[in-house]
Amino acid sequence: MVTTIKDSAGFLMSRLRQIGIFVALLVIVGFFQILTAGALLQPENVSNIIVQNSYILLLAIGMVMVIIAGHIDLSVGSVAAFVGAMSGVMIQSWDFPWWLALVASLLVGALVGAWQGFWIAYVGIPAFIVTLAGMLIFRGLTQITLGNQRITGFPEPYRALGGGFLFPGLFPPETNIFDWTTIGLGLLATAALAVQQFKARASRRRMGLDDEPSAWFTTKLAFGIIMILGMTYLLGSSRGGTPIVLVVLAVLIVAYSLVMTRSVFGRHVYARGGNLHAAELSGVKVKKVDFFLFVNMGVLAALAGLVFTGRLNSAGPGAGNLFELDAIAAAFIGGAAVTGGVGTVVGAITGGLIMGVLNNGMSLMGVGTDYQQFIKGMVLLLAVAFDVFNKRRVTGSPRFRPVVRPGKDNNDIPPPPSAEPLPDEDEALATAEPRRSQH
Amino acid sequence: MPEHILQMRQIQKTFPGVKALDNVSLDVDHGQVHAICGENGAGKSTLMKVLSGVYPYGTYDGDIVYEDRPVEFKDIRDSEKSGIVIIHQELALSPYLSVAENIFLGNEKSRRGLIDWDATNSEAAALLTRVGLDLSPHTKAGNIGVGQQQLVEIAKALSKEVRLLILDEPTAALNDEDSEHLLQLVGGLRDEGITCILISHKLNEIRAIADVVTIIRDGKTIETLRLDGGDVSEDRIIKGMVGRDLENRYPAREPDIGDEVLRVEDWTVHHPTEHSRVVIDGANVSVRAGEIVGIAGLMGAGRTELAMSIFGHSYGTNISGTVYKRGKPISTKTVSEAISHGIAYATEDRKKYGLNLIEDIKRNVSAAALDKLADNGWVDGDKEVVVAEEYRQSMNIKASSVATVTGKLSGGNQQKVVLSKWMFSDPDVLILDEPTRGIDVGAKYEIYTIIHRLAAQGKAVIMISSELPEILGICDRIYTLAEGTITGEVTIDDANPEILMQHMTKDKD
Repeated sequence: MVTTIKDSAGFLMSRLRQIGIFVALLVIVGFFQILTAGALLQPENVSNIIVQNSYILLLAIGMVMVIIAGHIDLSVGSVAAFVGAMSGVMIQSWDFPWWLALVASLLVGALVGAWQGFWIAYVGIPAFIVTLAGMLIFRGLTQITLGNQRITGFPEPYRALGGGFLFPGLFPPETNIFDWTTIGLGLLATAALAVQQFKARASRRRMGLDDEPSAWFTTKLAFGIIMILGMTYLLGSSRGGTPIVLVVLAVLIVAYSLVMTRSVFGRHVYARGGNLHAAELSGVKVKKVDFFLFVNMGVLAALAGLVFTGRLNSAGPGAGNLFELDAIAAAFIGGAAVTGGVGTVVGAITGGLIMGVLNNGMSLMGVGTDYQQFIKGMVLLLAVAFDVFNKRRVTGSPRFRPVVRPGKDNNDIPPPPSAEPLPDEDEALATAEPRRSQH
Repeated sequence: MPEHILQMRQIQKTFPGVKALDNVSLDVDHGQVHAICGENGAGKSTLMKVLSGVYPYGTYDGDIVYEDRPVEFKDIRDSEKSGIVIIHQELALSPYLSVAENIFLGNEKSRRGLIDWDATNSEAAALLTRVGLDLSPHTKAGNIGVGQQQLVEIAKALSKEVRLLILDEPTAALNDEDSEHLLQLVGGLRDEGITCILISHKLNEIRAIADVVTIIRDGKTIETLRLDGGDVSEDRIIKGMVGRDLENRYPAREPDIGDEVLRVEDWTVHHPTEHSRVVIDGANVSVRAGEIVGIAGLMGAGRTELAMSIFGHSYGTNISGTVYKRGKPISTKTVSEAISHGIAYATEDRKKYGLNLIEDIKRNVSAAALDKLADNGWVDGDKEVVVAEEYRQSMNIKASSVATVTGKLSGGNQQKVVLSKWMFSDPDVLILDEPTRGIDVGAKYEIYTIIHRLAAQGKAVIMISSELPEILGICDRIYTLAEGTITGEVTIDDANPEILMQHMTKDKD
């Protein structure tokens, strides 16, 4: 009996650590909801938070992948600005139809990424240097392209990408208590989540792997459903309904999460970041992985540039300034490790939302940008410090070893010293000394 | 002079959930070389950390009496003040600083807050002479070999006026010559009256240099044996370490050898940066199904270089020669090509080249053959768990689940994960580079059993090892390598250590 309680406590601890970042987001939301007397979660404001932060979140997806692989990208802000400027030139000077401009812009992003990927993957220059150079190069190219003028007056469909809503006026105004498109989408998303969760569980059970207590499964699912429905309710009662960019984001988050957790490519990214040599010797085509990561980052930076330009209806020489730092901060707050090999897309998105809610909440309270910067800096520092502390505590204490499956021989007796390394593992771990000085 | 320089009495040290030291006692006499041995995880390093103050007084139970006074060290500096210096297995020299700067690092020779460079360099030179190093004190530490670095560490200890020197696996990274030199130096220090505690896996060294050996097992002192009589055999020490008689260090096997699987002809490899230097020179090697072929050679002979150049040209430039798989020439230019031709290479340095230490067992097991778990580029994570679980059980990997991070495993279990990874890739040829390095005696036996099992399945196995007894214990045929050239090929029936050593030390003309 005692064992069961201890087991479930240990289980809960390990799971809570995984979702700690979501809890942090919820706490921050709750905190500002109180401080702003409910203004934070007003439907219009929620819609605002999403749209305002959408381009950072798009960048954060690509950035966390780059960081997991052990790189960094400092150029994304400049690339976003450059692509925005190029799209302006395409539309205004070259008379491209809006859709062609969008496609061509994404292609420009891919080319920019290929350029940087080439130097990083095939020439072997550290990404920090290549993208630092890229930050200057593409900022310069932005200004050259624009001749230091703004381009404004983008066509309506283009602008909708940044500021538009899904199917406005689809339903007659007399039914407009809610935006029914949003409600429909929300219900669809709920159903999809439930189906996916049950299917995954069934698959695990078929393999005899289900190690998840039912209570946890139910709680988790219920929590997810409540979150989606809550969001649906808020957006559904907002004036515009579902921002188009939210749909784009949602699709990309799901798609990239899948890529990172389930695809061979994603696993190669983690392997590359975790141990480059081991990955190479396991047959991972490391250069190819690096190259495509930066191509991908280029495309996402281009998309972010389009969304930003569309929202402002303006491509300016200073656009996207410091976006890279927000995206990097989002990835690290979301649990990515500087040394590579660790991080998740969902974590980075959550990290980006934490930054976004902080910004928005403090603005609503009338806190000046000076204090905002200070507080955001502290949050970044403390979030990573908390993570470091957490890891140290976990690795330092055998009580927090990974969950033991029920039915296996887990018990209260500590393993014999020979079976498990001692907590100070230098003895066991240091035995394979590197020895490369043979020449 | 009192007899004991150090007495550790009933030392106990508990980490949450694990009793690392359970009543260890240790008596070290003045001017002795006192060896401590035990399996990995037995508690040797923990004991030394207690002694040197890494674990400060109060975090352990028991008493330490040093030079007849009870001592309560707060940290390393505290123990160093009393003349106890520990040299860790991982050398801690800063590669871009000079040897002299390294020797006095943290203990700088200064006058009025400024470094006295003349004193630093001249004293360093004197210390280097004392440890038998013919080296300018201005040499950058990164430019000297591991053996010399080890000696610099000892010079550093001497600069602190060491009276009790603790060496943790000092020869683990050294070649025979350097090891020899180091052991001689330790003997010399003993004659100067410096007491030495030597932690080592290498029983022949212990027998050669130590006066006394204390055996620790499972956090307890098992016994202390005097070696000066010469009647304590290696097997006797092993018996103490593993708690049982190890009649046979190598499992028995009936070889069942089939057709040739892999042949490498006229294999020549040049150095990756110095392109004119030939590292492997016209090597011819072949291995048959079910056969275990050993590659023996001294350090620097090019064993790892040969293996890695075959495996996806992972080492070297200007590689020429042909690899034949079952008689047909194949290309092994990239690692993925090599893997697709059924070749696997398990590295000698599993932490640097073999494992992703921050990932768990299952992701390491699947790393080389992810495609087997994937459908159109999508990995079946559930199947991965099932596969990894099979290996965890069949390979006897000691971990609570396949979700255990590999960085937390002991050396032997890490090696089993590496082997699992390559077994899952289902190769025809396995090249195992020092598969038992840094692994304790019991786990070694398990690894040998696994190698036998692989051969019995009809895999062709090439085993590189620097331990001749191991090569003789499990191989069917042995190539010797010296200075990049295959100098001999001996079947197991004709092989003995002397013959192999002759071939291994042959001069290239």
